Amino acid sequence: MDTVRQNVNLTETKNNLKKQQRRLLMRKFLSNKPAVTGLSIMLFLIILSTVGAWLVQYSPLEMDPTSRLEGPSAEHVLGTDNFGRDLLSRVIYGSQVSLIVGFSVALITSVCGMIIGLYASYYKRLDNILMRICDGLMSFPAILLAIAIMAALGPSINNVILALSIVYTPHIARVVRSSGIVVRKQTYIEAIESQGASSTRVIWKRMAPNTLSPLIVQSTFIFANAIIIEAALSFLGAGVPAPQPSWGNILYDGKLVIFNAWWMTVFPGICIILSTLGLNLAGDGLRDIIDPNS
Amino acid sequence: MKEYVLKRILSLIPILFIVSLVVFFIIHITPGDPAYVMLGDTATEEQVEELRGQLGLDRPIYEQYFIWIGGIVTGNLGYSYFMDMSVTTALLEHLSPTAALALLAEILAICIGIPFGILAAKKKGSYLDQSLMGFSLLGISIPSFLLALLLILLISVQLQWLPVAGYAPISEGIGMHLKYLILPAISLGVMQAALIARMTRSSMLDVLNENYIKTALSKGAKNRSIVYKHALRNAFLPILTVIGQTFGVLVTGAAVVETVFNIPGLGQLIINSIERRDYSTIQGVILFITFSYVIINLLIDLIYGIIDPRVRLSQK
Repeated sequence: MDTVRQNVNLTETKNNLKKQQRRLLMRKFLSNKPAVTGLSIMLFLIILSTVGAWLVQYSPLEMDPTSRLEGPSAEHVLGTDNFGRDLLSRVIYGSQVSLIVGFSVALITSVCGMIIGLYASYYKRLDNILMRICDGLMSFPAILLAIAIMAALGPSINNVILALSIVYTPHIARVVRSSGIVVRKQTYIEAIESQGASSTRVIWKRMAPNTLSPLIVQSTFIFANAIIIEAALSFLGAGVPAPQPSWGNILYDGKLVIFNAWWMTVFPGICIILSTLGLNLAGDGLRDIIDPNS
Repeated sequence: MKEYVLKRILSLIPILFIVSLVVFFIIHITPGDPAYVMLGDTATEEQVEELRGQLGLDRPIYEQYFIWIGGIVTGNLGYSYFMDMSVTTALLEHLSPTAALALLAEILAICIGIPFGILAAKKKGSYLDQSLMGFSLLGISIPSFLLALLLILLISVQLQWLPVAGYAPISEGIGMHLKYLILPAISLGVMQAALIARMTRSSMLDVLNENYIKTALSKGAKNRSIVYKHALRNAFLPILTVIGQTFGVLVTGAAVVETVFNIPGLGQLIINSIERRDYSTIQGVILFITFSYVIINLLIDLIYGIIDPRVRLSQK
């Protein structure tokens, strides 16, 4: 009876401790200005891309030859493009593309990179092979590898996500591996292994949680880079194909009419800067919260 | 030192092997028959067969790889049927604008980044530091092709100070050359300057906290001599790494910025080759840029070994 009561008390203290830790982390987060600013900007863009799309009165694909290249007005808040399409609607639908691409790439690279990084840090022999492949892939300048893969696969949103995931998975794998190796060397891992814990248990129950914080920081930066490279690929005509709007291909159209329509360059440009600025701020802030020494 | 150099060079072999495999397989992940895709819908069966033979696509895949890599080792990057010239010739024709652009951007980035970083570190926490770091965060967040478009809009279209696009080789005079190259170089250099400034600041701050700096201070060394003689020298390694990394980014970034300004460099060559599905050229140019990137990073590592004995000794 007594042992049961003790156990209950123990779990209660554990839960309380966890709650306290969470509260402390929350306070640390709220007092970190860059992190709060960055995440607010991202929240704003997410709302814009969902609620905004619902509110705009024009379709992003609806052409109106009578109102080509009109400047910002009450009717078309951000003006129209060279096909007479409403720019506000195109920028908002374009934000969906950018956010979906950025988020998917961050998610896919986190999952794949985590698996590769953890197993590489656990099995030495696997480590050698996997890390040489990662080194090889990382020695390509990111955008160049993305261009190469897109050239082979052809332009489409799914291919952009696939290409960028291939480009950035090694970056996550490297980060996870290096923190995995630190955990692997701890004595308590040796202890639970000698008690017969399986490799799967050690990897997923003990090592994985300890690699999460650097992984989150890294994936924030990958989110930002994915948005930039998607825009660059679409701008070059190797990313999201027309007529579907993306910030990059709106800029491409904008370049053709740069003498007559500044709004086609400035507005999607502001959106790109906002999103990458938001993510970079968030990444810097999170890094400071997690590792105050950096 | 010899041992260190040899070790670093040997470590390149697996990397270069994997890079070559990736580049080689790019043509093979294309959905459908590359020969058919290259020739387009109007091609006859015989034309497709002939091109397959010329590209060696009818051989087993490992044989194709060895023939290709054998060519590369002897400096033959393949043949472009679209331009009717060897890829090596095409590459050399397009190399100088890209190299000039990347070099000018790197010079700008170093000249802006390092002094700003030192300044921010010296005045840590001040308004100057905060605004410099704010600018550098903004610099990192603007992709170069976007900055290029915004600069064209402001400086070429509104103010009409500089040409909108184009390129003048250096043979037309250095003034003319710079007139066309300065906007692209600024667009490309700003992000790198921001990265260098951030790295210089954090690296300087690390070093300024070291005990030997305190010793120098207590011995009465002047602030100026501490910053430039003691700190900068030791803070230089991480800065050098960033410079090495940025150079690779610059060469590829140049490729994107080139298309904004219609500069006939490697970027334009790649983009045109993608449109024409000229796979030999795409492979050749990508392999060339990546190899140069790897070799630049090797050189930086070797320079490390020269300026910092700790690096070469720790490798033993």
